Formats: sequence, structure tokens, C-alpha cells
Amino acid sequence: MAAIQINLISGRTIQQGVSMEGGKEKLAYRDACGILELDDAEFKRLGCFKNTNVRVSSEFGSVVVKAIGATQGPHPGLGWIPMGPWANAVVDPNTYSTGMPTFKGTPVTVEVAEEETVLDAIALITEECL
Amino acid sequence: MTKIITDVVCPFCGTLCDDLEVAVSDDGEEILEVYNACAIGATKFLHSQAKDRITRPRMKQEDGSWKEVTYDDAVDYTANLLVDAKKPLMYGWSSTSCPAQGVGSEIGEEVCACMDNTATVCHGSTLIAVQDVGVPSATLGEIANRADRVVFWGGCNPAHAHPRHMSRYSIFPRGFFTGKGSKSRKMIVVDPRKTDTAKMADVHLQLEQGRDYELLSAIRVAIRGEELPDFVAGIPKEEIYETAETLKSGRFTVIFFGMGVTHSLGKNHNIDIAIMVTRDLNDYTKAAIVAMRGGHYNVTGSGQVWGGWQFGFPFCLDLTRGFARYNPGDSSSNDLLVRDEVDAVFVLGSDPPGAHFPVRSVKKIAQLPSVCIDPHITPPTSAVSKMHVPVAFVGVEVGGCAYRMDNVPIETRKVVEPPEGMLTDEEFLQKVLDRVRELKGGQHNHDRVSHQKWFCLRLFRGGLTETKWMSLSKTARSSMQAMSQSRPSLMPLA
Repeated sequence: MAAIQINLISGRTIQQGVSMEGGKEKLAYRDACGILELDDAEFKRLGCFKNTNVRVSSEFGSVVVKAIGATQGPHPGLGWIPMGPWANAVVDPNTYSTGMPTFKGTPVTVEVAEEETVLDAIALITEECL
Repeated sequence: MTKIITDVVCPFCGTLCDDLEVAVSDDGEEILEVYNACAIGATKFLHSQAKDRITRPRMKQEDGSWKEVTYDDAVDYTANLLVDAKKPLMYGWSSTSCPAQGVGSEIGEEVCACMDNTATVCHGSTLIAVQDVGVPSATLGEIANRADRVVFWGGCNPAHAHPRHMSRYSIFPRGFFTGKGSKSRKMIVVDPRKTDTAKMADVHLQLEQGRDYELLSAIRVAIRGEELPDFVAGIPKEEIYETAETLKSGRFTVIFFGMGVTHSLGKNHNIDIAIMVTRDLNDYTKAAIVAMRGGHYNVTGSGQVWGGWQFGFPFCLDLTRGFARYNPGDSSSNDLLVRDEVDAVFVLGSDPPGAHFPVRSVKKIAQLPSVCIDPHITPPTSAVSKMHVPVAFVGVEVGGCAYRMDNVPIETRKVVEPPEGMLTDEEFLQKVLDRVRELKGGQHNHDRVSHQKWFCLRLFRGGLTETKWMSLSKTARSSMQAMSQSRPSLMPLA
């Protein structure tokens, strides 16, 4: 199966907000934020069905998330991971002297990773940092 | 029987909805139901009732497990951590009340900390832009009553991020001059995705991601009636001319903008030009621009406390020299962390270090001594912190002032008691401040910083007199001279 290049953006979704306030350690938070929203055309390029686990990689990191159909689309050429530890594993941290990391517009590679699992928030941060 | 508490303020986002009703048990100890809130706000109230909530501070052991400790131990650990550090980072401050932020600032002064709030990963670019070019703004009340052209620009998706914004202020309310509610208004959304907000709009400009500056610039050109290329940022020029005409023809135009412009390349310059579009529109009609602030309900208040009351700068504070310096890119938390410039981390009223900082910064926090003060059960920050101190939820278990996204202060309300023996963040901070002063043996930085504040006040009133200058202590004079080196135009005597 192919690896595709897309432009990654992130931000709030109401599911992210609700599950965050419900508890970031819970699986509901992972299910709301450990996802990558793609257009149908991107699934065709990727050669997989919706709800398949994929590995998203950039020059800044790599993370496994579940690829789902765009809920607020179409958005050609764009991938969307809700704000949270999964998006932050791959976003561009450079601030260019403004203090603000470049959270939107990170070029990433997406490839199918059916055998890999999407970690919950605490496990992901623990694995990355400790 | 249940009791209904009315006019409760929601402590989730910067919309600070003040019309919630909360049903509590007869003994006033348990929240049973939350009315009028959005899904996120209601969940926040109910989260405070979780049976598995942590109610006492806990310290991480060598093997990674947690050990419960007393609040006194936590105060001692936190104070020692801050006093021992050469350059501690005190981060967060956005999900707490202004009085607590005030006490936190005193601690920051005492320990010469770098202090930063969540604007640094949110609307920090906006704050820089406002310092660059000013801002023609309005309150949400004015907007509800007057605005008939409403623009949500750049990743601004209130249907998800500020769920009651449109129903309370911007689109649906029937105001004094907007009696037909949404029918009185034209709604324009500019977003690279067809968001749920965009689906409601009269016009959706689906621009290419990261091309906000170009499109805003094109709108300025169109407002002046000058020539445009066929496409700008993927939008045909006809649509740009039409949009410019719509904005000019309204009685009151308001532009709300979000993270799409603050987080994309260009950063503060994207907002500079959005503000200039607003300025230009004021040649034709009344126009205002408002940042959709407040993924944390009181990030605006944190900027008010530091920028308006305490230090003159709304974020990215560097107090390491005993007076406030401000230089985003240098004194901003992500840059400080990535460059290994801080040696301890204190987090209160936010979880970005765990969940919302790029992983490169989170890794640095994990390597440093750190404390996380947070009412949630297991915030991801606690996964990388050595100490987790639970505190009462502001706006649920203790009241306190917060600022809405349009800089209107609103007093939040207490609805139920916190779990027995649990401190509020203000109480905890006060104990830490007292302990810090004990540890420092009465050697306060307080005098130096107070002199600086006095000095700033004098500057605004026309400068110092020779007599006043000579009456200051040597320390105060030297700190002011240091300040004058960075801003010589403000220093009348040095």
C-alpha cells in the first residue's frame, strides 16, 4: 500500500472538548483525538478503507492514529488531527521568534499501519518522554 | 428535592456563558444536572463530581507509582522547587481566577521566574499584532445588538470551539438593531475546511491553507476597487469583490478570527492585516475585530492581570532580572524549553505541557523537576510531572473573577463545596508564597519590582523628577537603568 503526502492541520472539535473535560486519561479522549480525518480521495490514494490505523510521520515525529472519513469536509489535500498529544507528536514546533509553534500546515506522510495500535494519551506521552 | 442555582457562569471557554442553571442535591453537595450549557461545559461541571477524582496531592515515586502526600508537603516541595531553580518556568494561568493569578505573579516576582500563559500556544500572535497596529474592537453585547455582517475567519469554528457563541452573541440573537436574528445578518466563513460553522454560512470562502495573508490583502485591494489577479488563495476574484462589497455595505461589520491565522506561517502578520482590513472598512461603515479567545475561560484575564495590572505585558514574561521583560521567541515557554533555558517547571490552570505543547517541549518538561496543579483526575501533564496537586474547580467549587473573550470581567460563581479538605488554587498559591518568603529569609525582590511598577506609572504621567530619581534605592535605580537600555526612549533621566 502506498504512502501519501498531505498537509496536516489540527484544532478543536466538540468531541475533543467533551472527552477532554470527561478525563484525558480515558479511552473516549483517545477515540476523539487519536484520529486522522481524510477526504475520500485520500483514502483512494492510500489504498485502504476508512477506520484503518495509519502511521503519520513528519520530520518532527511519528504517531499511530485511526484514519476516518472527513467529518467537516471535503478538504482536499488536508489531513485533520484534533488538538492533543497525537497531533503534537508530529506538528512543527518551530516558532520563528514569535513564541507560537507552527501547529497548522505541517507536511506529513501517511501510511497504513493495520498491525499497530493507537495508544491512549497517558501511554503515548509516557512512551514519548520517559 | 433539588435546588436550582441560576445565573451560573460556565468555566469552560472564553464565551463565559452566564445563564447556566445547575440542579444540586438538597444538601448542596452534589451536582445533579446542568441546564443551558453546551456539551463541553456540562461535562466540566459533571467531571468535578467524578467518584475517582484525586483529592490529595501525590508525589511520583522512583518506580513511577504515585504516593499520597499532604498539602503541606506539596507546598514545601513546590516552594523549594521554585527557590532552588535558577530560572523556573511558571506556566498556565488560564483556567483559574484573576485573584489566583495575582498571587501567582507575586511568587513569580519572588523567585525571578519566567511566566507564560496559554496565549503562547493560542492567541499570542494576536497579542503581538495588537501591539503592532492596535485594534478596533467591540464587546459581544454591542455585536449582538448591532452587527449585521459577521465574519468567522481562519479556523474559527464556533460550532465546535465556542458552541454557544452564535446563539448568544453573533448570529442568532434578536438585538436592538438586529430584530430578525440570523435573518438580520450576513454570515461569512473563511476556512480551508467545510466546517460545521461554514455549512451554516451565507458565504464560505474555502481558501488554501496558510494563505490567509494573501486573501486578506486581496480584500483590502477589493475594498479600494483596485485590480486583482484571477485567483487569490484559490478564491476567484469575483467572490473576493463580492465579499468586500458585502462587508462595506453593512451597518456594522465584525470579524472574529481563530487559530487558523495565529498558528499558520505568518502568525502575527496574518492578524496585522486582518486588523488593517477592519481599519479600512471603517472608512465605509462601522467595523470591529474580535479574537475568538478562550479555549481556557480565563486566558484573557491572565493577559489582563499581567498586561493591564501587574507588568505591562500580557504573556511571555521574563522576571529573572527582578523586573519584567517581554520578548516572544526568547521569553516564550516553548522556546525556553526547547533551548534548555529553564531548570524547573510549574504548571497551573492548564494542561498544554501534557496535551497541547509539541512533543519536543513535553520531553524537556519530563526531564526537569516539575509540579502540576490541576483539578482534573489525571491530566497528561501529571504523567510527566513529579508532583500533582489537585485543587478545587474555579467556577464550580469556588468563585472568582474571569475575563470574557471581549475583555469584559465576569464574576464566576461557586455551585457546590469542593471535596473536604481540598484547597483552592488561590489558597495553595498563598501558602507557596508564604513558604517561598520563609525560605528566602526575608530577602524580597518585591521592592525592586514595586519600584519598577512605580517607575512605569511615572513614565505614563510625564517622567521622573531629579529629586524622585535620587530618592530611589541604588537597586531600584540600577534595575531601571537596565530597563532603559532596552527601551531608551522611555527613560527620561538615564
